[in-house]
Amino acid sequence: MTVPTNDTIEARASQIVEEFALFDDWMDKYEYLIELGKSLPPIEPEYKTEAFRIHGCQSQVWIRPEFREGRVYFRGDSDALITRGLVALLIRVLSGQPPEAIVNARLDFLDEIGLKAHLSPTRKNGLAAMIEQMRRYAQAYLQASRN
Amino acid sequence: MPASVDLTGLQATFDVARVRADFPALHQSIYDGRPLVYLDNAATTQKPQVVIDRIRDFYLRENANVHRGVHYLSQHASDAYDEARRLVADFIGAPDPSQIIFTRGTTESINLVAATYGRQHVGAGDEIVLSAMEHHSNIVPWQMLCEEKGARLRVVPVDDRGVLDLEALEHSLTERTRLVAIAHVSNALGTVNPVREIIQLAHARGIPVLVDGAQAVQHLPVNVAELDCDFYCFSGHKMYGPTGIGILYGKAELLEAMPPYQGGGDMIERVTFERTTYNRLPYKFEAGTPHIAGAIGLGAAVTYLNGLDRTAIARHEDELLRYATERLQEVPGLRLVGTAPHKVSVLSFVLDGVHPYDAGTLLDQMGIAVRTGHHCAQPLMDRLGLSGTIRASLALYNTREEIDALVKALHRVIRMLR
Repeated sequence: MTVPTNDTIEARASQIVEEFALFDDWMDKYEYLIELGKSLPPIEPEYKTEAFRIHGCQSQVWIRPEFREGRVYFRGDSDALITRGLVALLIRVLSGQPPEAIVNARLDFLDEIGLKAHLSPTRKNGLAAMIEQMRRYAQAYLQASRN
Repeated sequence: MPASVDLTGLQATFDVARVRADFPALHQSIYDGRPLVYLDNAATTQKPQVVIDRIRDFYLRENANVHRGVHYLSQHASDAYDEARRLVADFIGAPDPSQIIFTRGTTESINLVAATYGRQHVGAGDEIVLSAMEHHSNIVPWQMLCEEKGARLRVVPVDDRGVLDLEALEHSLTERTRLVAIAHVSNALGTVNPVREIIQLAHARGIPVLVDGAQAVQHLPVNVAELDCDFYCFSGHKMYGPTGIGILYGKAELLEAMPPYQGGGDMIERVTFERTTYNRLPYKFEAGTPHIAGAIGLGAAVTYLNGLDRTAIARHEDELLRYATERLQEVPGLRLVGTAPHKVSVLSFVLDGVHPYDAGTLLDQMGIAVRTGHHCAQPLMDRLGLSGTIRASLALYNTREEIDALVKALHRVIRMLR
């Protein structure tokens, strides 16, 4: 499977920024985030284990990576819908990208959609922990593929 | 002078609008202009202007270390610090100000007792009795002590309403029991425990009782001498005072017999490299420079509360709790957690099919501050089969309009999340 060269993390992120720009009201932005959360395909129950669990969230979050043909694919889930929406955003931007791009991704889009102030790492949504874990998976694949 | 204090000397009636005017933090809008509805008072209360001013004035004009200097400012600061201790002693009916130890908060007060009295009196095979509704700060210090000493915790169960099983408590008191540690009011449910009866049951067997009053002193009149409790712990910041200051009250003979908690300045009488003798109460337990501004600020909070009609406050809070309990039932799929007949301030609840975190995040967007999660009472949540709840907790300045705003917001939360 080939991935188009313009399908970069930046391109995906700027599309998300555009989508969120359609909403002026905070509640509408949240409503959209919740919709994204609802439409995220759930992880199979057998993967909802401690091994794939992300800590640092008030809700439970699982992220499961897969490495195929030089790219990292993520699936994720949470028992809270807003957190699920955040997982969906991260998956949309990062899943299917080469590990190197994931490790170096700047993820400024979270700032740009204005959600970062509302969903900052000090809040217990685990956003920072999720990003860190996804990067760590990518780093591990990168290392493995170099060896 | 707080606006709510009636200087005419007539019986002050409780006017919530006037009281609210004393608390500057309540009068703000958050995010894009939503008026703040602050319902997280069990976590910490807002501070009246008189407390803020008192702390500022201390640093502006009075700042000096206490009990050490011969100079004017030090004397002034020491007097103010001692006066705060006297105010707190009177506030809880302590026989003498020397029985009031300033700590960082309830947590440190409990740790102090565990590390001193606990280490002295608890040994292998002994037991400490506590309830299933304790805050982690009234569990973990005892657990640590038990691990160190080979002792064990005995946990008194609560029923589905969040009411303590008093009979089970009585049965758990044995000749191995060295202490009963019990919350006066549950932070997660608002249950008021019958501490007076508990103390009588324990004392009948010669067992001392520590009461965690962190959620009680701001809502109920507390008289430690009448209660006859052996230790009473609470925090300044949950009773309209500053953070970082708390209280340990203890019976004089117990405090006298306890070893010091921390070593350092101010807690000594005479130091040589061979031996140190310790200062008298309360200084024996206050090593180092204390939180002077915090203590003085807490004194100001006590003075503020003394200036209000506390019976009227209790009535106002109780009416508000009843009103909120009724109105919350209108919300579809809402289940109150903690329905003890005797409770104060706390409305803990879950919403069918809604994660507390999602609800809390959206309520916050609508300007409403609540707490979500396990409320530092994970064993209680396990007992109730919940991972967490949404908790609205009331203070003297909350209004019916704020409850209405909460209920309206919850309807919207449910529309968005279901």
